[in-house]
Amino acid sequence: MASGGSGWRTLPPGGIIVEPGSSLRYKTGTWRVMRPIINQDKCVRCRMCWVYCPDAAIIETDEEYVDSKGRRWNRTYKVNYDYCKGCGICAEECPVNAIEMVPEVK
Amino acid sequence: MMGSQPERFKSKFRGILDIPREERFVSGHRLCAGCPVGTVMRMLTKVAGKDSIIVNGTGCLEVSSTPYPYTSWMNPWIHVAFENTGAVASGVEAALKVLKAKGVLGKDVKVVAVAGDGGTFDIGLQSLSGMLERGHKVMYVLYDNEAYMNTGIQRSGATPWGAWTTTTPVGKKWKGEWRWKKDIMGIVLAHRVPYAATASPSHPMDMIRKFEKALYYTREGPTFVHVLIPCTTGWRFDPALSIKVARLAVETGIWVLYEVEKGKFRVTHKVRKRKPVREYLKLQGRFRHLTDDDIEYIQKIVDEEVDRINKMAGEEVIGPVEA
Repeated sequence: MASGGSGWRTLPPGGIIVEPGSSLRYKTGTWRVMRPIINQDKCVRCRMCWVYCPDAAIIETDEEYVDSKGRRWNRTYKVNYDYCKGCGICAEECPVNAIEMVPEVK
Repeated sequence: MMGSQPERFKSKFRGILDIPREERFVSGHRLCAGCPVGTVMRMLTKVAGKDSIIVNGTGCLEVSSTPYPYTSWMNPWIHVAFENTGAVASGVEAALKVLKAKGVLGKDVKVVAVAGDGGTFDIGLQSLSGMLERGHKVMYVLYDNEAYMNTGIQRSGATPWGAWTTTTPVGKKWKGEWRWKKDIMGIVLAHRVPYAATASPSHPMDMIRKFEKALYYTREGPTFVHVLIPCTTGWRFDPALSIKVARLAVETGIWVLYEVEKGKFRVTHKVRKRKPVREYLKLQGRFRHLTDDDIEYIQKIVDEEVDRINKMAGEEVIGPVEA
């Protein structure tokens, strides 16, 4: 691991990366032009957006959700806007069109 | 092939809910928006689990998943160069074998090699062949985006006929690539590997079962999975359409999903009625210059290929073009 000193001396030997999954500290959400919004009432929890998302930016949780028709779901899908690059694959592949792409407005 | 165990392979992925939730290829990588390599690697690492070492050849995936000091991999991961993915994977596998014989390593650790089409079809072909020939117990995943996309869309041995790339430009004399894609599956199968398959990110369950099966068969020797990756940058289409383009490749019969298990050929996804290739080609900017005659020609070649597949399968697994 890194030893004392400054600059290149702080690097581990061989320049290896010792922390797995360190790219989580790099937020790719700033790339986004279009923002996906999941309509929780329309969503049928088929898991396809979660499977297809190349950035693992769809989060699956065990949160319960009761929709307007009174149907109870034991899974909920949310978008992690820290990493979503806004490619729109989820909206394109959603079988019930529950995901809408809206322009980012700042 | 060695081994005579009567034990049969049984997939633990029966449905889409069987895919583990834990991510082993995490967010924050710098692949282009909409690049399905991310999808494929997420699924691959979910299947491979924590006890596996990833050997990654140079390519899009390598440069965008590990810009120093970041890495998107949760598994031990090694990268050396373009031409030696097979060689490095062989070395890792041999080292693990020695560690096990010495009693230092107490568990089974799998070796997964991942390389792009440039690093497999062209530059890494000799080390791949060596690995397959020596029978190293490695699973090799080829992600094929049909050109050197990472360095700026130069043609590779995987580029199909008619495709525009920066080294096969469209002008008065040249109309894109004028050679056909190399039959890499034929080359791999000529090494008599226990398992080889083609997959597409548009059919995730099919792909996951193939990864699982390929890992299972590494107990007998090297295995190979060839995945088609539509490239939004190099193929020139909207990022949202990546999965749709991959699905159209399957539905038009350009990309046939099959596996060869111990020499037994089987088409895993049957297509009753094929779509005309025009539907696949018209979505992509790299085929924009093709005339009707060119498209007819591609259709004719695909028809011949489908005939060959049907003959190999012994039945009509890929149907005729729908009217």
